[in-house]
Amino acid sequence: MTGDVLTILAGLPWTLALTAAALALGVVLGVPVALARRSRLLPVWLAAAVFIAVTRSIPPLVWLFIIFFGLGTGYIQISPFVAATAAFGLIATANMAEIYRGGLMAIQHGQWDAAEVLGLGRIHTFADVIAPQAVRVSLPSAASYAIGLLKDTATASTIGVIELTFQANQLAQRNFSGLYAFGIAAAIYILVSLPVAWLARSADFYLRAKVAR
Amino acid sequence: MDVSLDDLLSWLPDLTGGLTISAIVTAGSLLLGIPLGLLLALGVQANSRLLRGFCLVMVEIGRGTPALVLLQFIYFGLPSAGMTLTSYSAAIVALACNTGAYTSEIIRAGLQSVPHGQREAAVAIGLSRLDELRYVVLPQGLRVAVPALLGFSILIFQGTSLCFVSALPELLSRAYEIGSTTFQYFPALLLAACLYAVICIPASILVGAVERRAGHYARR
Repeated sequence: MTGDVLTILAGLPWTLALTAAALALGVVLGVPVALARRSRLLPVWLAAAVFIAVTRSIPPLVWLFIIFFGLGTGYIQISPFVAATAAFGLIATANMAEIYRGGLMAIQHGQWDAAEVLGLGRIHTFADVIAPQAVRVSLPSAASYAIGLLKDTATASTIGVIELTFQANQLAQRNFSGLYAFGIAAAIYILVSLPVAWLARSADFYLRAKVAR
Repeated sequence: MDVSLDDLLSWLPDLTGGLTISAIVTAGSLLLGIPLGLLLALGVQANSRLLRGFCLVMVEIGRGTPALVLLQFIYFGLPSAGMTLTSYSAAIVALACNTGAYTSEIIRAGLQSVPHGQREAAVAIGLSRLDELRYVVLPQGLRVAVPALLGFSILIFQGTSLCFVSALPELLSRAYEIGSTTFQYFPALLLAACLYAVICIPASILVGAVERRAGHYARR
């Protein structure tokens, strides 16, 4: 029993690494996409809107296959982990851009007006006035997205990333007991997402307390 | 990439055949899953502590487990407990469980948006609990939940691609198969991706429109 749990747990670092890498890509690259989505220049705005719509409308597993099998066979050599990071990073970018957009929309117009009256420049306004508030608003949805992403990375097992679901699959094939192997994997996913949810809730509480009105 | 337009067109019937299967699995999971979600939503609000606890645990397990793990649990796991499902029914059962867990939260939020006075009024005019639910709470609560349920339906349609692992010949499996026989993975998968996008982009625009209309209704 413990041996089997440990076998599956060997995949946990890969699940966490994949989630963290994709999330990091999304958190960073989502910012320019969200800003482009608000641009007044039609081509820029349109490009961002199309990118977000197309990326989100194609299932994660299809993105994985396009990058791993599509680009990987014939165009460039690519390892499963890199392919998965690229696919989930891409999807996370589009989703984080939408989350940021929601955060920016939640900011009252008076904040921009006040910054202008104070004579702050555009970058200054954004970095010191708008962004700190938008981040605070975006945090809860970003946290639930992160938990969703953690579970989505299970699909990376299909291209051979040796994460939790992949290990469960291997064990199931060795022992002929899928019930048991996938049950353990499910329990690990639930146990991992609990502290993430708790952390997000306390971070949200802390940030809210700082600006309590 | 040496693929002609004729090649792409010759793949298309195969892929649309897969698309039909994806659509059937989506419909089946929603038809089973949304009533399950309603039951769980009502169960979570029940007075009995045992029932409430049971439903909460089911919802948390359903939402906490990746759909792929759930599918493999049902398709590869249940046979060892003496219950073998075809890839079709395993797909529908797994996605229906997933749907039930997620939609129960959507429906619960909808039901909670019904003002408490409505329930009190129902009690005051002597409606039984079932009638209160049927004529007062559900018509108002479900209406609020509709946009979110539609949005979730798009996600379930995308989720049918997971059935690749259970050998169900849906859209992605067909594209992969074309890729493995012709070694033209990239164009075949891209074509499948286009089919997903052609359905999901208009669908999400539509859901956005429904959301805005529902917003008007709520603001009145």
